Amino acid sequence: MMSGRDIVGFAANALLEHRRRTLLSLLGVAMGATAVVFLTGLGEGARLFVRGEFETLGSNLVVVLPGKNETAGALPGVGGVPNDLTIEDARALSRELRGARAVIPISTGTDLVSFRERRRQVAIVGTTRKFFDAMNLRVARGSFLPTAELGRGSSVAVLGNKAARELFQDRDPIGEVVRVGDARMRVIGVLASRGTQMGQNIDDMLFAPATTVMQLFNRSSLRRIMVQLNAYADADAMVEQIIAIMTERHDEEDVTCITQAAVMESLGGILRALTLAVGGIAAISLAVAGIGIMNVMLVSVSERTSEIGLLKAVGARGRDILAVFLIESALLSAMGGVLGLALGRSLLLLVSYLYPKVPATTPLWIVLSVLAMAISTGPLFGVIPAWRAMQLEPVASLRKG
Amino acid sequence: MIRLSKIWKTYEMGTQKLHALQDVSTTIEQGEHLAIMGPSGSGKSTLLNIVGCLDQPTSGEYFLDGEDVAQLSDDDLAEVRLRKIGFVFQSFHLIPRLSALANVALPMVFAGVPAAEREERAREAIDSVGLADWSDHKPAELSGGQKQRVAVARAVVMRPGLLLADEPTGNLDSASGRQVLDILCGLNQQGITLITVTHDPNVARLAERVMVLTDGAILREVEGRKVSTLDDLFSPVASGARDELA
Repeated sequence: MMSGRDIVGFAANALLEHRRRTLLSLLGVAMGATAVVFLTGLGEGARLFVRGEFETLGSNLVVVLPGKNETAGALPGVGGVPNDLTIEDARALSRELRGARAVIPISTGTDLVSFRERRRQVAIVGTTRKFFDAMNLRVARGSFLPTAELGRGSSVAVLGNKAARELFQDRDPIGEVVRVGDARMRVIGVLASRGTQMGQNIDDMLFAPATTVMQLFNRSSLRRIMVQLNAYADADAMVEQIIAIMTERHDEEDVTCITQAAVMESLGGILRALTLAVGGIAAISLAVAGIGIMNVMLVSVSERTSEIGLLKAVGARGRDILAVFLIESALLSAMGGVLGLALGRSLLLLVSYLYPKVPATTPLWIVLSVLAMAISTGPLFGVIPAWRAMQLEPVASLRKG
Repeated sequence: MIRLSKIWKTYEMGTQKLHALQDVSTTIEQGEHLAIMGPSGSGKSTLLNIVGCLDQPTSGEYFLDGEDVAQLSDDDLAEVRLRKIGFVFQSFHLIPRLSALANVALPMVFAGVPAAEREERAREAIDSVGLADWSDHKPAELSGGQKQRVAVARAVVMRPGLLLADEPTGNLDSASGRQVLDILCGLNQQGITLITVTHDPNVARLAERVMVLTDGAILREVEGRKVSTLDDLFSPVASGARDELA
């Protein structure tokens, strides 16, 4: 009976005899493992990046949208057209909700904004002062929108950083009057640069009081209402409250509430599924590497036919031979797996060095599953060669060489 | 003690049957030195492989130390080869990547002998064939005679009762062949049963008994010391009744 240590020693010794061949088939596994680590690591990084984006929003938000997004099996239109969200709805929520820090009406549109001869198509957001607080926005110059009673819109505007630069270049925009469509607004503030967030470039927007924007686009309804929760309020309970209030006002349940947590969760789920899919595709390259190992081991078995015959003559049992060759392929794939782990990890570090926003993560579950996959690749694909070695007739194999 | 009774080994070549061994029966005493001679294809290697438990007869009985070897499983046969039989081959069959010492120690690896004891016993064995200074050399760095002496050390390191040598001097010049034969005969004198397959009457002459095979059957058995020429051995009619043993 061969001891485990002797099997490993004998196998390692055999691998060292053909260093170049060993290295090449080991590299195959290493590349497969690198691909899995790198791609799943990127996916995980993307997921954490998105989560980070949500967290910079800072506060716990519930967004109220008009319309019910459940299809109850009814034909389109049968359920009736949902009621619009109005300033009155926002006012009612603000009055009646418990646990809400702020109720923020939002109206949006796009229009041409001009200052003298410079003009620019800009996204226009009608809201209140509390919006800036909820979104963690800072002013670079001037001030936010004034705290005013809802429904009383003055003709003032706060510009995003890029919009201000494009329209005013080096001039100080504070106090200047811009044309927004047919209206005229006095610029009272410019935001600090924030960049693109969740696909929206806040730097290239113009913010004005909600009613002002509704008048500008001749609308009576809001696009949505954002509710910012108190630190300890429960999002689900808040959603229930909001739906109760709105149902009472509209005589039917015709609003949809989206919580930040739910969005984060479903986006995270999508990204994780994507990560697994990409990782799965990369794992195919591990299988290819496994076939490489099988090939090398088959060559090795046929080269070492007489050695196998000799081992049997001196008393090795079939299962000793099987173990030696299985361990040989396991050593190959295990070394490849470890090397691939290191390579994949280095690539991720490089990416996060080049793109600091993407965190380079190799969570333990990735490390463990890549190692498990890589290590099992060898014995899995080494079974056939090892089996063949075990089955060799000692007499026939001794005749060779 | 080895007892072979009515051993047949038959290969099917398409529709034809090829008899490698036909009705071979013999008894070999513990400590005996038997030489098997015969032209190529006479079945002498097949017989040696069957005696060595590397091959199974098609029919017939083989008792090794009273045990019916034909009934054993593959694993049990491996155990028999490990404990009771040592092999020496014409082409040495040393593992090229292992040192002489590691080659000698190899059977003990399969016997599960602890590493320290393995080393000690392997050194003893390699010393007994006069190659203590060559322990750490790879086979490629050894001469043919030295390789075969390493192989002999490997064959006896498990202290088997039976040593099988298939053309042990076939690849060697006469001087180093002589050295190997001296070692083999020395082992035989210490009590090991030695069976040698050979073409060479000078080798066969060292044996107590010579078995002559043709076409898979025993043609005759003679006393080793009476072997003079090949003609003598292979002539259809024995040159004299004095050569007949049985």
